[in-house]
Amino acid sequence: MKFGMGQPVRRKEDVRLVSGKGRYLDDIQLANTAYAYFVRSPHAHAVLRGIDAGAARAAEGVLAVMTADDLPETSFVPVRGAFKNRDGSAIAQSPKMLFPKEKVRFSGEAVAVVIATTPAAAKDAAELVDVDYEPLGAAGTLETAPGAPPVWDEAPGNLVFDWADGNAAACEAAFVAAAKTVSVEVVQNRVVPSPMEPRGAIGVYEAGRYTLYTSSQGSSGIRDKVAVMMKIPADNLRVITPDVGGGFGLKNSAAIEQAIVLFAAKSLGRPVKWIGERMEAFVGDGHGRDVKMKGEMALDAAGQILALRLDSIANMGAYMTHVGPHIPTSGLRVMGGVYRVPLVYARVRGYFTNTQTVTSYRGAGRPEAIYVTERLMDQAANALGMDALEIRRRNLIRPEELPYRNWKGLSIDSGDFATNLDEAARRADWNGFAARRQQSEARGKKRGRGVAYYFEASGGPPGPEPGKIHFTDNGAVEVYLATQSNGQGHETTFAQLIAERLGVPFDSIIIKQGDTDDGLAGGGTVGSRSLQASGNAMALAMDGVVKKGKVAAGQVLQAGGAEVDFEVAEGAGQFFVTGTQRKIGVTELALTLKREKLPGFESGLDEQASFESPPTFPNGCHICEVEVDPETGTVAFDRYVIVDDVGVVINPLIVDGQIHGGVAQGLGQALFEDCVYDPNSGQLMTATFADYVMPRADNMPDLDISYNEVPCLTNPLGAKGAGEAGTIGALPAIIGAISDALGVAHIDMPATPEKVWRAANVA
Amino acid sequence: MSETRKIAVTINGKRYEEEVEVRWTLADFMRQQLGLTGTHLGCEHGVCGACTILFDGYSARSCLMLAVQADGHEILTVEGIAPSEEQMHPLQEAFRDNHGLQCGFCTPGMLTTLLEFLRDNPDPTEQEVRIAISGNLCRCTGYQGIVAAALDAAQRLKAAKEAS
Repeated sequence: MKFGMGQPVRRKEDVRLVSGKGRYLDDIQLANTAYAYFVRSPHAHAVLRGIDAGAARAAEGVLAVMTADDLPETSFVPVRGAFKNRDGSAIAQSPKMLFPKEKVRFSGEAVAVVIATTPAAAKDAAELVDVDYEPLGAAGTLETAPGAPPVWDEAPGNLVFDWADGNAAACEAAFVAAAKTVSVEVVQNRVVPSPMEPRGAIGVYEAGRYTLYTSSQGSSGIRDKVAVMMKIPADNLRVITPDVGGGFGLKNSAAIEQAIVLFAAKSLGRPVKWIGERMEAFVGDGHGRDVKMKGEMALDAAGQILALRLDSIANMGAYMTHVGPHIPTSGLRVMGGVYRVPLVYARVRGYFTNTQTVTSYRGAGRPEAIYVTERLMDQAANALGMDALEIRRRNLIRPEELPYRNWKGLSIDSGDFATNLDEAARRADWNGFAARRQQSEARGKKRGRGVAYYFEASGGPPGPEPGKIHFTDNGAVEVYLATQSNGQGHETTFAQLIAERLGVPFDSIIIKQGDTDDGLAGGGTVGSRSLQASGNAMALAMDGVVKKGKVAAGQVLQAGGAEVDFEVAEGAGQFFVTGTQRKIGVTELALTLKREKLPGFESGLDEQASFESPPTFPNGCHICEVEVDPETGTVAFDRYVIVDDVGVVINPLIVDGQIHGGVAQGLGQALFEDCVYDPNSGQLMTATFADYVMPRADNMPDLDISYNEVPCLTNPLGAKGAGEAGTIGALPAIIGAISDALGVAHIDMPATPEKVWRAANVA
Repeated sequence: MSETRKIAVTINGKRYEEEVEVRWTLADFMRQQLGLTGTHLGCEHGVCGACTILFDGYSARSCLMLAVQADGHEILTVEGIAPSEEQMHPLQEAFRDNHGLQCGFCTPGMLTTLLEFLRDNPDPTEQEVRIAISGNLCRCTGYQGIVAAALDAAQRLKAAKEAS
């Protein structure tokens, strides 16, 4: 079937996106729009003594200047769920109001907004807002946090939480008894998500109700959080997400600008638009990672893992988003990967700093956990004099051990781990490495290889995800989702699924997403979950359509009690009376029901369903080989092989793209990207694309990707996540290869040319 | 009101005579004054390449130029690449066929950059393509689909030229 599952169907959305006809947030131009520009603190930590906006208010084109005093009473979005210290006590809080009243806590924190008739007028007048700051000492990094003045008075030493999980005593016993123990200290460098489309928001207030247009990863989640901030009922706010220019976790959190444009729109009686600039994005958007980890592994003489231990410190920034402390802690549930690890103990301490918030970014906690696990595997291989593949092979969970319950109780249902490892080794010609290394040496280059077996738990936070199928009066099939494409191609993948299962024409399927007034609320596109969440909801809704359709077709076809069945033949779905020629197509039946108004079928064939997907477990093997130039410190990739199990693949073209992009973000973090704050002043040193280096086309290797599709057993489609897989595997594979090339135990990310050169040349 | 000038510029074959503020960038002028929103702004400081247009046939960052500098010149933006409403340009088709875009935000700049590159280098190697687009940031694709699309487009353009 040309448009069915498993086919590399060309994307529906591309027709508009390659022609300049996409409709991104800044392309929306409502009549009478006013423009917002935020006044941001130049200080990382300062008492806010007063704001004089008189000159700005008097400036040409200015409609309003709003500070904390000009906004209605607001609230903050709390940390999600219960999150406690290891002794059971409550963790410190960071109640972030829309604008701070007493002090600013990071450089770039907004303290006021100017609204004017043009963007230029707003920006000009922002310079006239006179803010009286009294600078305080600042904590710019994790290292300076404990000794710096408290970001929040309730958190002495800037300690937010002291969390632990696992069995400390049993772990300690295992380490004492172990034949071999190894350890490694690693940096999970701070990164800036940097979708190419910056964040933005357009606020509208009409007839007593708010409408927010914003760039997001799921409108309903943003609606709920913005409503909390504004202290309004959620149904008094409609959120519309248009085409989205990338999200990567960043656009899942609600932000103050979204609430402020709404208040401003109400106050001024006209739409208010804010589009972030790039430098504003660097200081004003949430960042990712920023964890320092010390990992230890205990092994027996044969290289079997006995226990893992972790001690981490994690930067929370000055304010926590709803997911802040969960990322460096809950993410550890995948620690140990798909190896047999009987015991784990992890302790994580979180610190406030005078920096931007650290929030979700591609992988959000799982890259950290797998990175330290895989770096420990390499240390263990070296310590035992064992091949890096062999030590992994010995520890991989065997098929007969599935379902395997890991240390956090995750029940790993499916996977073919050793096969993936061996296939990747074959494709990468693992055994031919020694000869290639010799050739490299002859040319003055240092060659190294890295292997990582990644594992993750995709699905994001638990909760039901809805899907709705609606047959229109003109024969189209509208499919409603509460997940949100921000580049993943939902309009295509989900249409393939519907075309395959219902046998309706691919071109007649219209995917609807992004408008909360469509009545669906769900978890959004986070944690690689869209297919396993929305896709399965849709599969259940289609089951409902078929079930209902059989009954309806029985009446329409006058089956007289004979059995009615459904089949998709040559791409066309039809209901038929068994043993007869009497049949009716899906769309035709839907239209007939609308026309004839059969009793009991008032809603036609329309169906809605929801599905709560347990976490799924994408996994696979990354192997790469690099050549380091000791004269320049640059790293060149000779090969990069991935054998991936992301469950059942619906569109291989799109899944390839997810892996490509995931690896690119991993490679960026491993080689270049570093968000640097001055330790003592808290000034952001990397606030442009010239200072913050993202990978470019000539930095990327051509990836050899193949799939071993092992269906997930815990959802009807057999789907597993794919969006974050590439990033999780790339970090340890790349750093493993560079460390191997340099002959060092470990080189920290980002392995910039300078750092690599020093490692190669300065003993 | 800031100082303005009258300029005449041809964009995608259409002539515009407009009064424009002298401080406006070319990108803002096209997007906000003319409603040509296909050109995107990703950084406003000339690093990301999303706003790349062809200026008298040569690629240029429209965020680093003032609108008044376009007076008397010819510009091509993403909206003007396709030969007609119904038909895509071979480069656009190749982007679609090779999954050369995900979110699509950097795509307009990639297309214009490659249009110029393939005109001047009709038979490029993979490495030449990678270097050609190394001034354009993409956060989604890892560039693999874009590189494949460019190489595919080169073949299509060559075939079309030989056929004509």
